[in-house]
Amino acid sequence: MDLTILWFWIIAAMFIGYFVLDGFDFGVGMSLPFLGKDDTDRRVLINTIGPVWDLNETWVIVAGASLFAAFPEWYATMFSGFYLALLLILVALILRGVSFEYRHQRPESSWKKWFDGMIIVGSAVPALLWGVAFANVVRGVKLDVNHDYIGTFFDLLNPYALLGGLTTLLLFFVHGVVFVSLKTEGDIRLRARKLATKAGVVTIVVAASFLVWTTLAYGTLASTIFAALAAVALIASFVANLRGAEMLAFGLMAVTIGLAVLTLFGSLFPDVMPASNDPANSLTIANASSSAYTLGVMSWTALIGMPVILLYQGWTYWVFRKRIGRAHIEVAVH
Amino acid sequence: MNEWLDPLLLSRWQFGLTTIYHFLFVPLTIGMALTVAIFQTAWVRTDKSKYLQLTHFFGKIFLINFAMGVVTGIVQEFQFGMNWSDYSRFVGDVFGAPLAFEGILAFFLEATFIGLWIFGWNKLPKKIHLATIWLTAIGTITSAYFILAANAFMQNPVAYTMNVEKGRAELTSIGELLTNPIVLASFPHTIFACFMVSAGLIISVAAWHLARNQHFDTMRPALKFGMWMMIIAGALTTLSGDQLSLIMTEVQPMKMASAEAMYVTATGANASFSIFTLGTPDGVSELFSVRIPYLLSFLSTHTLDGTVEGINNLQAQYVDAYGPGDYTPTIWVTYWSFRWMIGLGLAHMLVAVAGLFFTRKAAAKPARPWMWKVAIWSFPMSLLAMSVGWTFTEMGRQPWLVFGLMRTQDGVSPGVTAVEILISLIVFTLLYGILAVVEFKLILKAVQKGPDDAPVPDAESGEVKQIVTVY
Repeated sequence: MDLTILWFWIIAAMFIGYFVLDGFDFGVGMSLPFLGKDDTDRRVLINTIGPVWDLNETWVIVAGASLFAAFPEWYATMFSGFYLALLLILVALILRGVSFEYRHQRPESSWKKWFDGMIIVGSAVPALLWGVAFANVVRGVKLDVNHDYIGTFFDLLNPYALLGGLTTLLLFFVHGVVFVSLKTEGDIRLRARKLATKAGVVTIVVAASFLVWTTLAYGTLASTIFAALAAVALIASFVANLRGAEMLAFGLMAVTIGLAVLTLFGSLFPDVMPASNDPANSLTIANASSSAYTLGVMSWTALIGMPVILLYQGWTYWVFRKRIGRAHIEVAVH
Repeated sequence: MNEWLDPLLLSRWQFGLTTIYHFLFVPLTIGMALTVAIFQTAWVRTDKSKYLQLTHFFGKIFLINFAMGVVTGIVQEFQFGMNWSDYSRFVGDVFGAPLAFEGILAFFLEATFIGLWIFGWNKLPKKIHLATIWLTAIGTITSAYFILAANAFMQNPVAYTMNVEKGRAELTSIGELLTNPIVLASFPHTIFACFMVSAGLIISVAAWHLARNQHFDTMRPALKFGMWMMIIAGALTTLSGDQLSLIMTEVQPMKMASAEAMYVTATGANASFSIFTLGTPDGVSELFSVRIPYLLSFLSTHTLDGTVEGINNLQAQYVDAYGPGDYTPTIWVTYWSFRWMIGLGLAHMLVAVAGLFFTRKAAAKPARPWMWKVAIWSFPMSLLAMSVGWTFTEMGRQPWLVFGLMRTQDGVSPGVTAVEILISLIVFTLLYGILAVVEFKLILKAVQKGPDDAPVPDAESGEVKQIVTVY
């Protein structure tokens, strides 16, 4: 198999890893105003992701670095082209990350309120903007002959991309709320299930519209199949949640997000960043990739590294498999 | 257009600001991960509660700092593409690989096991829990290796071939890239300097408490540990720094010349090291200086009769090789940052040696107050030494982005406007400024609170109650 094509799908896999894992972190963060009735509730919510948010967030660093190494032109064009959008994502991730660590450092409720706000905003902004960014990649942007982005920030805010952003926002929200129902006990667990049902209806409508639009406008055979499967998985997750099968609902949300990412990558293939103004300026797998030698070295590293990583990250989730309730927070010192 | 509204200038300021800021937290993360691992190992092996108290106390400071290192690190990685897209296109094939290695082989390790360490106190067996902090420490150190290997390519490009058709450098040997002579010297130099920074923190914190006659049982061993760590790490930093300057003289002679602000080639006794110089503002002529003969010759070549090339000579050589242009770094920056790095580093080791002498008896009698006041400066000053060291090595590389291959001005993103960069520069400055204040206050509060009391075994079961950590 051609290594450039292999790496196109490895990049897809890394963003799937990132969105599936940090996706529920974003969802948990966004659920604070809905599920966190008091400080103890909010601490229960934050502690469901406490041990793992950092490892989840690391997926974006690995995805970004792999993009840089495997497709330097793609990395360069996308990151410089989406400059302000990425700035917003960075600021949001900074605020969210420090808030987890700073929030519990002081007992005053005014102090905590600040960091709660930052966790909510810091979770919602990337959840929205990653969808906007990737929808724009699929839709195509204006590129010059050197593959530099020549549009503006506001060109990125077109209806298709905004629908894409809303889709990721809602998918991550539901993903996070289902995760809460899986990881907590008592009243908050039941409230999370109900919220997942309510939000699930809206999410199915929005995500289905986005998938249909993607399929009609940019679809390929592969992306159409992925989109159809994503829709099925999303509905199945909704049903599982209704029946109280929390683990199944969560797993199906992960599958939904994975298939949604595959839909986008399937629509792109074999481009990586189509130019909407002139197809000759498009970045493709062929013209954006690194040399065969570099991709070979990277392949060996990924082949050896990734199984070990999945193993110890899986073990981490197993160590922290127990549900968290108010009782755990109330007896704990910090 | 205003002169300062220049994408190149603004991008350089932003990169400098965010990198220096990021590297305030990273040395502490690298140094403290190891330190905490050592304290915890001492506790597991001896079962003495003072080591557990120290583990928790310094672990708390470590964690407040850790989050900042992580979140500011994402900015670093995104910035190459955001602000330096032409650079990314030019070097991605070579430079991207060590960054990806860092993520896959090191950063995942660090990020996963730190979570296990924080929340695993009462969930994991004692020895497995100990292993998690060691794996975190190994992750931080491995991560530094890959980043320094990437940086070494910018200082001394190796293991590449030019692809003229694509207009980029392409990797020819990963082994050669990862054993660049620069990284072989800069890695130990940086890592041991990181250990100096964390030793500085321990000394400062311990001195603060001991000056107030409190927490004697934990802070006195901490002080001793910190001082020994400072001396050992300091000696190793000096030795590896010496090695680095030899290689630097060979591959980046202009950096060495600019470190010394030496315009004319000099040999033997004339290749002197100036401790202090007053010159005209342009640095071209000198008004007054204090000099040690032969020292520069020794630092650059390890011989007393070596020849060190001057800036004027090198500038002429580079014009011949690369065409007309100014190939000289900003001399006052390189000259002073080099001196402050060395001076502060040596000063710390001196403080540590003196400290060990004055506290050599296990008596409860405190040292003289002024000594504590000196010792308390260990941390901020060692951090400053670290920052000026990096400022030197990166400013000394200018005007090159990749030495001999790409100039800084040619690497900046052509598609990003000055206004966009100005916005991001202002946002980062404000955000980082506010967070610095919060961070500083939180660390100060944790430091002043001191270690918790020794855990008391349960009266009935005899078990020592474990700490439950939650956010």
